[in-house]
Amino acid sequence: MKQYATGAPAETVAVTSSSDVVTARQMVRTLAQRSGLSLVHQTKLVTAASELGRNMLVYGGGGVVRAAPVSDEGRRGIFVEFTDEGPGIPDVELALTDGWTSGNGMGLGLSGAKRLVDEFEIESGPGGTTVRIVKWGR
Amino acid sequence: MATEDNTQRLVDALVAGRDEFTAQWNRTVSGNLQGRLSTAELGRELGELYEAIVQALTAGGLSGRGEEFAEVRSLLIELSRNRARQGFTPSETARSVLALKDVLEPALTTDGHGAEIYLQFARLLDDLGLLTTEAYVRTREEIISAQAEQLLELSTPVVKLWDGVVGVPLVGTLDSARTQVVMEKLLQTLVDTNSTHAIIDITGVPTVDTQVAQHLLKTVVAARMMGAQCTISGIRPQIAQTIVALGIEFGDIPTNATLAEALRQALKEIAQDAEDDARGLL
Repeated sequence: MKQYATGAPAETVAVTSSSDVVTARQMVRTLAQRSGLSLVHQTKLVTAASELGRNMLVYGGGGVVRAAPVSDEGRRGIFVEFTDEGPGIPDVELALTDGWTSGNGMGLGLSGAKRLVDEFEIESGPGGTTVRIVKWGR
Repeated sequence: MATEDNTQRLVDALVAGRDEFTAQWNRTVSGNLQGRLSTAELGRELGELYEAIVQALTAGGLSGRGEEFAEVRSLLIELSRNRARQGFTPSETARSVLALKDVLEPALTTDGHGAEIYLQFARLLDDLGLLTTEAYVRTREEIISAQAEQLLELSTPVVKLWDGVVGVPLVGTLDSARTQVVMEKLLQTLVDTNSTHAIIDITGVPTVDTQVAQHLLKTVVAARMMGAQCTISGIRPQIAQTIVALGIEFGDIPTNATLAEALRQALKEIAQDAEDDARGLL
């Protein structure tokens, strides 16, 4: 993923419980509102953040959500990064398949989140997983 | 042996100056609480506490966590619980105990030996002061968790919209705990009101992710098993687009943009059923 110019210092939320997922979601929503994303884009980004935040909590044992406004060639967007130090995803390709779940969810969280945002990057290994997403204003 | 002598001297001083000390302690604490607690009640609390401390010291203890102080600790815990419920701050609660230091300081520190005794006693009171803070925090936590439970109950009303139609206006996030409460209430209300239609309105749910959707689907399936028609209303444009992008399938579950439209639909079906009844088709 390209390194975009950030408009403000990144805000972080540590996620260790499901109420922290709500906090992280609210942080992302506030940033998206401030950057002037439309309601549909805001909702898509916040929903993606909710999915990835919960994945991080359920499968990675918790982690950190970092978000910042970014800009590129005059368009404004939001960058969000989810980092955990969990066991990692053994087969990323499989995890990104619709309907596949290693837990008891719907199996749409990771693949759905990817469809909800404009840029999606996932790095996973035995030392943990990092997911980076960007949602542009238009 | 020096410690025992010290304790004995302390007990003697406390017994000799009982009335004077308790009265002064009372004044200091009530000044601190600014009359938000009745003087009689405070006097009783502090009097009991004073007696218990003297007894514990006589029994030979100088450690607040020791066995001799069991009575003192239970009195303090009760005092802290009451203060927490009455809305006093943790500092005000701890000062109720620590004020005894101010009272005893001039009386005990008349000579070097007395000062030593005073320091030992002050350490004991500090420990007891910490104990009040612990008990205070524990009580507040109990109050908070009780309120969270009440809120859970409050935030999930099931209302009768029409004869045969019940509605569940959901507000906020839907986690497993709330889903459980919603489901139980909805199913019970369906039985109690003899309703055939249920409408779950999600206008007040800001984010519908896969977890929320999964919980909604479970609730709908449960209502259907009871023979009720279940509709999800309040799907706003941005939510509809997000659900589609996520790939969530609501299957044959009817959904509506507004609660009004869902209610109209439900009433139409009920009227249709009644008509069929009248014609003798059923």
